[in-house]
Amino acid sequence: MLKLNSYGSRKLILDIYKYRFYSAAVPKRKPENEASKEPKRPNESFMANIFRGTLVSKQVFPYPDVLTLEQKETTDSMLDPFQRFFSDVNNAARNDDNSVIDDNTLKNLWELGGMGIQVPSEYGGLGMNNTQYARLCQIVGANDLGLGITLGAHQSIGFKGILLYGTPEQKAKYLPKVASEEVYAAFALTEPSSGSDANSIRSRAVKSADNKYYILNGSKIWISNGGLAEVMTVFAQTEQIDKKTGEKKDKVTAFIVERSFGGVTSGPPEKKMGIKASNTTEVYFEDVKIPIENVLGKEGEGFKVAVNILNSGRFGMGATMSGTMKKCIEIATAHANSRVQFGQKIKEFGTIQEKLAKMNILQYATESMAFMISQNMDSGSQDYHLETAISKIYSSESAWHVCDEAIQILGGMGFMKETGLERIMRDLRIFRIFEGTNEVLRLFVALSGVQYAGNHLKELQRALKNPAANLGFIFKEASRRATTTIGLGGTDLSTFVVPELQESAKRTAACIDLFGRTTEEVLVKYNKNIINEQIILNHLANAAIDIYAMIATLSRATRTAQLNLPTAEHELNLTKALSIQATERVNQHLRKASSGQLQAENKLISTLAKKICEQDGVHSTGVIDLH
Amino acid sequence: MARVLVGVKRVIDYAVKVRVKPEKNGVVTQGVKHSMNPFDEIAVEEAVKLKEKKLAGEIIAVSVGPAQSQEVIRTALAMGADRGVHVEVSAAEYDLLQPVHVSKILAKLALDEKADLVILGKQAIDDDANQTAQMTAAVLDWPQGTFCNKVEKTDAGLTIVREIDGGLETIKTKIPAVLSADLRLNTPRYATLPNIMKAKKKPLKKVTPKDLGVDTSPRIEIISVEDPPVRQAGAAVADVDALVAKLKAGGHI
Repeated sequence: MLKLNSYGSRKLILDIYKYRFYSAAVPKRKPENEASKEPKRPNESFMANIFRGTLVSKQVFPYPDVLTLEQKETTDSMLDPFQRFFSDVNNAARNDDNSVIDDNTLKNLWELGGMGIQVPSEYGGLGMNNTQYARLCQIVGANDLGLGITLGAHQSIGFKGILLYGTPEQKAKYLPKVASEEVYAAFALTEPSSGSDANSIRSRAVKSADNKYYILNGSKIWISNGGLAEVMTVFAQTEQIDKKTGEKKDKVTAFIVERSFGGVTSGPPEKKMGIKASNTTEVYFEDVKIPIENVLGKEGEGFKVAVNILNSGRFGMGATMSGTMKKCIEIATAHANSRVQFGQKIKEFGTIQEKLAKMNILQYATESMAFMISQNMDSGSQDYHLETAISKIYSSESAWHVCDEAIQILGGMGFMKETGLERIMRDLRIFRIFEGTNEVLRLFVALSGVQYAGNHLKELQRALKNPAANLGFIFKEASRRATTTIGLGGTDLSTFVVPELQESAKRTAACIDLFGRTTEEVLVKYNKNIINEQIILNHLANAAIDIYAMIATLSRATRTAQLNLPTAEHELNLTKALSIQATERVNQHLRKASSGQLQAENKLISTLAKKICEQDGVHSTGVIDLH
Repeated sequence: MARVLVGVKRVIDYAVKVRVKPEKNGVVTQGVKHSMNPFDEIAVEEAVKLKEKKLAGEIIAVSVGPAQSQEVIRTALAMGADRGVHVEVSAAEYDLLQPVHVSKILAKLALDEKADLVILGKQAIDDDANQTAQMTAAVLDWPQGTFCNKVEKTDAGLTIVREIDGGLETIKTKIPAVLSADLRLNTPRYATLPNIMKAKKKPLKKVTPKDLGVDTSPRIEIISVEDPPVRQAGAAVADVDALVAKLKAGGHI
């Protein structure tokens, strides 16, 4: 799905947060059982908890290992045939040139089984879990991101709703078709006036008098596979009656819409900067008659369906990006190893070495995050939304940087189409924009975390009102605070990592302590108004992202070292280098988030922005212009 | 309809740069990507084609080797073989296993399984022995069609086009027979992901050479495994005269 809107609604961010519990429950429980009276259970998210300055290590140490040997063997046996499809049948450059994937290639992709990877085998799919899917995503990312969109729009969001929310009848009817019978699916949410603020869509479905149908009218934009899809997950406003108040209210409902229902048309393929191979169109619905049994999930709960589909698919992007980076690094390395300038191979130059090392660090951290998250999800974790958001931001920005530096290493060669990097760069650009822009996701990460920490502070205040009843809680908190503020190192990661990484672990622990303190400080200072301090929130989010990168690599390199794998030394070095560099960045961000200096800088920034907008652009006098 | 036995060997992948072990008693196999011997893929493909043409009823894929050999049997099953037989040989024993052993194992299995046709790759890309098909035919005392370029069913048996030096030879043979696949016989299909999943449910039997009554005691001893000699660095010469002089001095002209 393409969502190109400028995405700015604070409300949505908090809405996503509100639905955290719902989405968490999806594969485990039936949606019908989800109620707002969800029992309170501890949040196991490592990232959420560091906002409180607490270490909850379950999801990060030791590095998860959830696949059975058989699942690993199955995945392994699929890698070759999957790669062969990309090397022998598909041609990414041709797809890009033609802005379309030819029929033969698509036919091969269907035969290969690439379109129903996570559909259970009883419905004709491969029945793979998130981690296995992620491994295949890496191959897609290394070969053709445009085709990846066709594949992802189909199964990661297009029919994902049927997998998550479908009734047995809906599953039996649609899953075999979309898994193996060459029927394409699409996800139709975005509208011209509604990007991320999904509740504001204008498409409307009205129930027929006999209650047997909904009549849908409306239009959607930037729908991936919009021109190909026979089956679509469509979101529209429906009139719902509040059971308590009896009030009539518009609420979003999700529908499974077939093109064959009639009244469904699509526009011409959009002309795009990248991912040209994928088909992106507008889709129009005119008096489309949808049988009532095609409501997906509960009536009026479509927003929840949409958010959960997106949340459950976001993990794949990190894996895909790690594959893309791997490819870019291969191309750059081949050049660095052979190119001679000034009488030396360019790999001998510190400038090139610095670039290659940085590129590998970013790839390693991205991959470590992606498989940590997919495995957490596969082991039934319900608290992965901060982590997937972080992984989406980190992976899309890292991939952009890595591709950019690969081009730089190749110099003029990198700018030439023939090398293939320019296509990758164009294809990559959208990943920082769609499925939640990185800007909105940064706010989501910071606000969710701050809110979680704020609740904890409130709890503490409440406990202090009745100290006698809450002594245990207060003492625990008092001792935690004592250690963190004196700086004796409240957080201790030493038991989780191998001896070679002790120093890096200490550094990371110090970052976590500082992070918790800064969050508290910021909360005390701004209280609820923190919502309006986007620049501070961004600094917090950036620090959080780097901390997660440090943790994911510490954990993974420890695993590699303990298994004594041949790559252990290199992975330990990547981790050490990352921890040094990330610590500097974390400290800088946290200093900026908490210091008074920032206020002056912030004030300037907002004054400048205001002027720029007033003037419709830059505001300065050309130095040789007459005035 | 005929029953076909296909041999599939697990070898170091063709794309891997092979390294000799420091002890010089073999090559490094640990942590190295392995796959099905490419000529065996062609053999499997031919068997699957025969089945698709309804000329073969059942395809049995056989691999002789350590536990990991099952991987290539699974690949054969995913390509279209019906069941697998893994003849398990320990890794140490496998190092010294020769075509003479393998051909006896295959011959015994061909009789036990009542196979009408044995199709093997013409050679494995690791030891390049090019002996197993011929020896298997000899042990069975069956006709052989080696280096197949084309295989067609004709009334009495098979018409086979063989690749020979500088051309092709067409022969006719009765069945049962042993065939060996050459490079141009066909283009092997890829196992699709759904077929890989289905292959997991196909039967795979494990036996040992002892079960088959085949003696696998080593007939050879490995003295040393050496890297190919490294190419010596060349030297630049000033002109043609100098080049001619050098060549003369080296006894090349």
